Amino acid sequence: MTGNVFVWLNDPLNWTGTRFQAGIIDQIGAHLWYTVIALVISGVIGFPLGLFIGHTGRATWLVSVANGLRALPTIGLLILLYVMISPLISGRGDAVYLVPTEIVLVLLALPAILANTYAGVRNVEPAVRDAARGMGMTDRQVLWQVELPNAMPLVFSGVRSAALQVIATATIAAYVGLEGLGRFVYDGLASRDFAQMAGGAVLVAALALVVDLVLALVQRYSVSRGVTGRFSRRAVHSDSREATITELEAAEELSSP
Amino acid sequence: MIRFDAVSKKYPDGTVAVDELSLTAPSGQITVLVGPSGCGKTTSLRMVNRMIEPTSGTITIDDRDVTSVPATELRRGIGYVIQHAGLFPHRTVADNVATVPLLTGMSRREARARAVELLERVGLPAAFAKRYPAQLSGGQQQRVGVARALAADPPVMLMDEPFSAVDPVVRDQLQREFLRLQEELQKTILFVTHDIDEAIRLGDRIAVMAVGGRLAQLAAPAELLAMPADPFVADFVGRDRGYRALGFVSAEVAADPEPSVRLGSTVRAARGVADGDWVLVVDDAGAPQGWLDLARRDRDDDVVTPSMLNLGGTLAPAGGTLRQTLDSALSSPSGRGVVVDDEGRVVGSVRAAQVLEHVSEAMRPPTEAVAPPGGPA
Amino acid sequence: MISATGSAPWDLFGYFADHRAEVLRLLWYHVWLSVLPVVLGLALSVPLGYLSRRYRWVYPPVVSVTGLLYTIPSLALFLLLPTLLGTRILDPVNVVIALTVYTVALLVRVVADGLAAVPEDVTAAATAMGLTRFQRLRKVELPLAVPVIAAGLRVATVANVSLVAIAGTIGIPELGQLFVTGFQLSVNGPYYPPIVLGIVLCVALALVLDALIVLGTRLSTPWRQVEAAR
Repeated sequence: MTGNVFVWLNDPLNWTGTRFQAGIIDQIGAHLWYTVIALVISGVIGFPLGLFIGHTGRATWLVSVANGLRALPTIGLLILLYVMISPLISGRGDAVYLVPTEIVLVLLALPAILANTYAGVRNVEPAVRDAARGMGMTDRQVLWQVELPNAMPLVFSGVRSAALQVIATATIAAYVGLEGLGRFVYDGLASRDFAQMAGGAVLVAALALVVDLVLALVQRYSVSRGVTGRFSRRAVHSDSREATITELEAAEELSSP
Repeated sequence: MIRFDAVSKKYPDGTVAVDELSLTAPSGQITVLVGPSGCGKTTSLRMVNRMIEPTSGTITIDDRDVTSVPATELRRGIGYVIQHAGLFPHRTVADNVATVPLLTGMSRREARARAVELLERVGLPAAFAKRYPAQLSGGQQQRVGVARALAADPPVMLMDEPFSAVDPVVRDQLQREFLRLQEELQKTILFVTHDIDEAIRLGDRIAVMAVGGRLAQLAAPAELLAMPADPFVADFVGRDRGYRALGFVSAEVAADPEPSVRLGSTVRAARGVADGDWVLVVDDAGAPQGWLDLARRDRDDDVVTPSMLNLGGTLAPAGGTLRQTLDSALSSPSGRGVVVDDEGRVVGSVRAAQVLEHVSEAMRPPTEAVAPPGGPA
Repeated sequence: MISATGSAPWDLFGYFADHRAEVLRLLWYHVWLSVLPVVLGLALSVPLGYLSRRYRWVYPPVVSVTGLLYTIPSLALFLLLPTLLGTRILDPVNVVIALTVYTVALLVRVVADGLAAVPEDVTAAATAMGLTRFQRLRKVELPLAVPVIAAGLRVATVANVSLVAIAGTIGIPELGQLFVTGFQLSVNGPYYPPIVLGIVLCVALALVLDALIVLGTRLSTPWRQVEAAR
C-alpha cells in the first residue's frame, strides 16, 4: 500500500486536478482558507474577550463555559448543524457545507484562544502590574504595554492549539461534503482507492506540521526573549499541548471557591 | 514635604487599616514608617500615590492635595519602589528604567542615555542595559528598580520594603549605597519596613505604627531609643537599646599613640617596641594588617608575615561614634582598639575603659535631635 | 434502522427505546475505546516522564517527537497506522493505538512538568531520610504530582471521547455510528434522533469520566482538601 501512496502523490494530474476532481493544490488552498476563516473569527471574538476578562477579572464564567464546550463531540455537532442548516441554504455551492462547518470550527477554536489569552494575562506577576500602575501608566497602557506582551507565550500556544484542532476538524467536515484535503480521504475510502485515501491522510498530516512550524517561528520571533527565558539554545519551547492544559487549569481556578 | 492630615482608611467590613494618621515627612529627608504586620504602614504609603484612596483626611505633597491632579499624572512625578522590584520581564533593563521618561514624552534616545547614566549611579555596569530582568540576581533587580524610580528625577520617592526580599549581606550593601545616594540626591523619601534596625539605620525620622493603623510615636532614631513613648514602642524597638544608642553619639576620645612594626620586620624588632604580648603590624602605608601574638613566637629571627597575624579587632574611624570606638576596643585581642584616619592609616588606640569614661558624660538623654556623624555604625 | 418514531430531536428517547441493545453496544465500545488509550497512555507516560527528568538529555527529543505526533490530525493517524502496523482499516486497534499515541504525547510533558513542580526541599528531605530513588518516586514525588497529572488526564480523556466518535466516519463501531446513521437517514429532511442521542451520550460519557477522575484525585490527595479549608 505504501508504494501506491507514493505513486499517487507523485502523479502531477493529482496535483493540478482534472475536470472531475479538484487537484491537491486546490484542496490545500481550500483547507487553508477554511482554517483561516475560523481562526480569524474565533480570534476576533476570543482575543479581546480574553484580554478583557483577564485584565478586569469580570465575567469569568465565560471562560468556564468555553471550556465546557470541549466535551461536545465535533463530528456529532458537524452532522447536527449540517442537517439543521442545509435545508435552509440550498443551491449556493459550498456554503451549505461551509456554514455549519465554520460554526463548529469557531466553537472549537474559541476555548483555546479565549482560555489561553485569559490565563496569559492573569499570570502576569502582581508585582509587575503594581509597579506599572504605580509608575503612572493608565489602565490601557498597563494592558497594552505590560500585560499583553507578557501574555504572548500563552496566547501563541492557544493559537497553535486552535489551528491544529481546526485543521483536523476541517478534514472531517469532508464527510458531510466540504472540500479540502479530507475530500481525498473520504472519496478514497468510498471508492476503495486506498492510495488516494492514504495520500490524503499524509497531506493532512503534512499540512498540520507545516502550519504549526510556521506559527512556532512567528512565536519565536515576536515574543520577547525576556519573557520566554530563551537565553540559551537549550531551553525547550512551549507548544500547543501547554495550551490544552492551561485551558483546564484556568477553568479549575475559576470554579474553585 | 509630604503631609498626612487625619487620614483614615476603613474598609466596608469594618477593618480599620489606618486610623486618623497625621504626620509630616520633611523635604529632603528619609521618613520611615515601621511597625508589625497589619499596622497600616503599606496602606498609608499607597495612599500617597493614590493606589489606595483614603476614606477620610487629606494628603498633600508640598502643600498640594494629591487628589487635585489626575492619578496617573501624580504617579509619574513620584518614584515608586516595591519589594521584588516588579521589573517588566519583556523589556530590557534600559527600557525598564526609561519607562517614566518615555511616558512623559522624552525621546527614546535621550531616555535610554539617561537610563545608562542611572544604572551606573546605582552601582551597575553599563553593560547591563541590554540584559533582561530574568538574567539578573535579586539584588541587581532591586537596584534597577531604584534606578527606574529615579529616572524622571522625582522630588518624592515611595519605597515599600525595597530591601526585604534579598539576603542580609546584599541588604547591608544596598542600604549603605542607598544612604550614599540620598546624600547626593536629597529626595523626600517615605520608606516602609517591618525591620526596626533598618528603620534606625536609614531613617532621619521614624514613625512607629501599631496594629489598627495608629501612630504610636514619631521621632528621630536616637530619641526613639532613649525615650520610647509607650510599652508597645519600647517592646517593638527591642533590646540592646543602650548599645544601639551609642551609635548616634560622636566619640571624642583621644587616641593614645600605638607602637607598631611593618610587615617584613623580624620578631625581635617587634619585641623591641612591644607594650605587652601583642604588637600591631602595619603595611608600608601605615594601614593596620593585624596583631602579632609575641607569646607564641619562638624564633626571634622569623620575619613577620600576614599568615602569622591575628585579624581580630574592628577599626574605628577617628571621630567615629562611641559604638564604633567601643566595639574596636572590645574586639581587639590586645584590649586596645585601633583608630584610623580617613586614609586608613593608624592614628592611635583606645582602651574600653577610656571609652566608657566618656559614655556617661556623652549619653545625656537628647533634648533635641542629634545628627549622627555619617550614619550610625 | 428506520424506526417508527418521528424525526424530531426529542424523539431521541423513542429512538433509544427502539434500538436499546444496539445503542448500548455502541456505548460500551465507545467507553472501551476512550478509556483504554488513557490507561495505556498513562502507563507509558509515567516512566517516560520520569526518565525525561532523570536524564536531562532525554527531555528535548521526547518532547519534540511527541509534539510532532500530537500535531497530526486524528483521522490521518487512524488511516495511516494500518499501513504501519499491518492491521485492517476497520480494526479498532488502530483507534486504540492512535489515541494512546496522543495521550502519551500530551501526558509525557505533563508528567515531566508535574514531577518538576515538586518542591526541591521535599525531595531532598526524602533522600536524606534514606528512601531509595524508586521509593521516593512512589511515595513522595508521584503523589505530589497527582494534581498536575490529573489535569492532563482530564483533558486527554474528554478529548478522546470526541476523537473516538470520529472513527465512526470510517466505519468503526462506537457512538459515532449514531451520527453516521442520522446523516445517512437525513435524505428527505433532518432525522435528528440518533444524532441528538449520540451527542447527549458523548457529553454524558465525557462528564462522567471527568467526574471520576476528579473523584479519584480527591481520594488520593486528602491533604489538598485540608489546605483548601484553611
